[in-house]
Amino acid sequence: MAKSKSNKRKTVEYGRYGYYFIAPFFIVFAIFQLWPLVYTLGLAFCENYTDTMWNVEVGPTFNGLQNFSTIFVGSDGSLFDTYTFRALGATLIMWLMNFLPQILLALLLAVWFTDTRVKIKAQGAYKILVFMPNIITAATISVLFYKLFDYPNGPINQLFVNSGLWDKPYQFLNTKWATRSIISFINFWMWYGNTMIVLTAGVLGISPSLFEAARVDGATSWQIFKSVTLPLLRPIMLFSLVNSAIGGLQMYDIPKLLTTSGFGDPDYTTRTMTMYIRELAFTGARQMGKASAVSLVLFVVTLFFSLALFYIMRDKDAIREKKAIKAAQKARKGAN
Amino acid sequence: MNKEKDGGLHASIMIQQIIRNAICIFLCILSLIPFWIMIVNATRTSVDIQSSFSLIPSHYLMENWQKLLYQASQNVPLWRYMVNSLIIAGGSTVLSVYFSTMTAYGVTAYKFRGASFAWAFIMAIMMIPVQVSSIGFFRFMYQIGWGNNYMPLIIPAIAAPATVFFMRQYMISALPLEILDSARIDGSGEFRTFNTIAVPLMKPAIATQCIFAFIGSWNNFYTPSMLLTSQAKMTLPMFVQQMRGERFRSDHGIIYVGLVVTIMPIFIVYFLLSKYIIAGVALGGVKE
Repeated sequence: MAKSKSNKRKTVEYGRYGYYFIAPFFIVFAIFQLWPLVYTLGLAFCENYTDTMWNVEVGPTFNGLQNFSTIFVGSDGSLFDTYTFRALGATLIMWLMNFLPQILLALLLAVWFTDTRVKIKAQGAYKILVFMPNIITAATISVLFYKLFDYPNGPINQLFVNSGLWDKPYQFLNTKWATRSIISFINFWMWYGNTMIVLTAGVLGISPSLFEAARVDGATSWQIFKSVTLPLLRPIMLFSLVNSAIGGLQMYDIPKLLTTSGFGDPDYTTRTMTMYIRELAFTGARQMGKASAVSLVLFVVTLFFSLALFYIMRDKDAIREKKAIKAAQKARKGAN
Repeated sequence: MNKEKDGGLHASIMIQQIIRNAICIFLCILSLIPFWIMIVNATRTSVDIQSSFSLIPSHYLMENWQKLLYQASQNVPLWRYMVNSLIIAGGSTVLSVYFSTMTAYGVTAYKFRGASFAWAFIMAIMMIPVQVSSIGFFRFMYQIGWGNNYMPLIIPAIAAPATVFFMRQYMISALPLEILDSARIDGSGEFRTFNTIAVPLMKPAIATQCIFAFIGSWNNFYTPSMLLTSQAKMTLPMFVQQMRGERFRSDHGIIYVGLVVTIMPIFIVYFLLSKYIIAGVALGGVKE
């Protein structure tokens, strides 16, 4: 008895060091992330801009939901027909255009690289090369593609015109869908290697005996993929989906440095949410208040995806177990 | 009969292998070709670049390089941007990896009230991107006099939830808690135990996270381009943005050689460490 008491005292004594060890993280988080977030939320309900004529800052003064009314209602009174929602739409379109091919190709490669029947010997080298664009500075890649798709004398235009395939150069970066496609392609090209490596690790994590049992039962490769690999890979695929969505919603570097003026040409059709926020806050009248309100919209959309992630990643077995225990307890009570 | 069937199966595997390798090789070429065009054009004159497409290097690399150095030195010498990026990336890497290991150690090695809540909280904030709070961050930094300063690019790295997450995953398997008890019996203080016993045991994870933290900070364009205003303090990605501008527009060779310069350090690091980087990604160590 005495022994267990002294033991307990000891663990409590050491336990307080836990707080010391995690303190720096939480202090820095509170100052540099939490406070700025709260500050942004507050500014979203304030009038705050710079009067360009006199170059003086107006506000911040509380103005209720005025910023949000300009975000949700267009100048002609139509709901959602605003720059904010156009930016949100462009962001989501460009994310989807890169994510769908990305996950399909990554899945295909992951299955190939883990196939025990058709072995790919050089896969180490393939992985290194396919992953490479992921770690190169996005800013540099964007400026490189800006040069490659230059009009009229960029290398891509030269290739098609000089080979006689086209009779005149094409204005890639002045065409809505061409620009969107290039931005999506860069994202796809930078990220499918990453997703492939994550999915490969996922497939390798599946118990080999499951594949073996399926093969012994005479399943074809396609059947094994459909009924074993895919269902067991679902959580990790959803994880990549949501993670990619959260990251994709913040897309900035590539459209910023690829588009001709840097403001989402042509006609703001490739302007993402973060580009729009920065443009509101740091150019012209520096509308910090409205920019904060747009940030809040972005935050809510991101939060939605984050919660979806938590919902997907929740421990289903633990929940089921808890429910079973509760049901059993209830049944016993009833019997008593 | 049986032999024939085996032969058929073998042949179909061969065909599959050829198709799959061909597609993989195509993807590898796709990864390399933009960079190859960049390197080739860095060795050509602006007039050549304007007039034709080529995959064969020419011999004007040094000339373009000298012109780039000259053009950049009109303002701020090129090495300055590299040193700036190095200071920020180096500083934030050391802070983020050391303090993340510390935080992970705190929630793993000690039992205290709120430990599991602290862990859940760290997991939750991993999902909040910094971009949504950038307006508040910007204003706050200018209020405390840290605008156009490296501090806001380095200090916040102490709270890096994704790194903490990775560190803890590794710690659970690599750090036996009994060792800590025996260190206590030997009279080692808690912080000394952490620095001399836990940190060395965590070396592989620390190395992996150093690579990711460094590359992440080196590549960062969003925050530096928002905060830094003076030319002499700009980072390499910000210099890349300027290469699109008027100053460099006239000479295409210069731009390509400039892009090569900004990519080279990462190329070298990557091909030296690719094994560890890919292993780290497979462990879910990177999140950006």
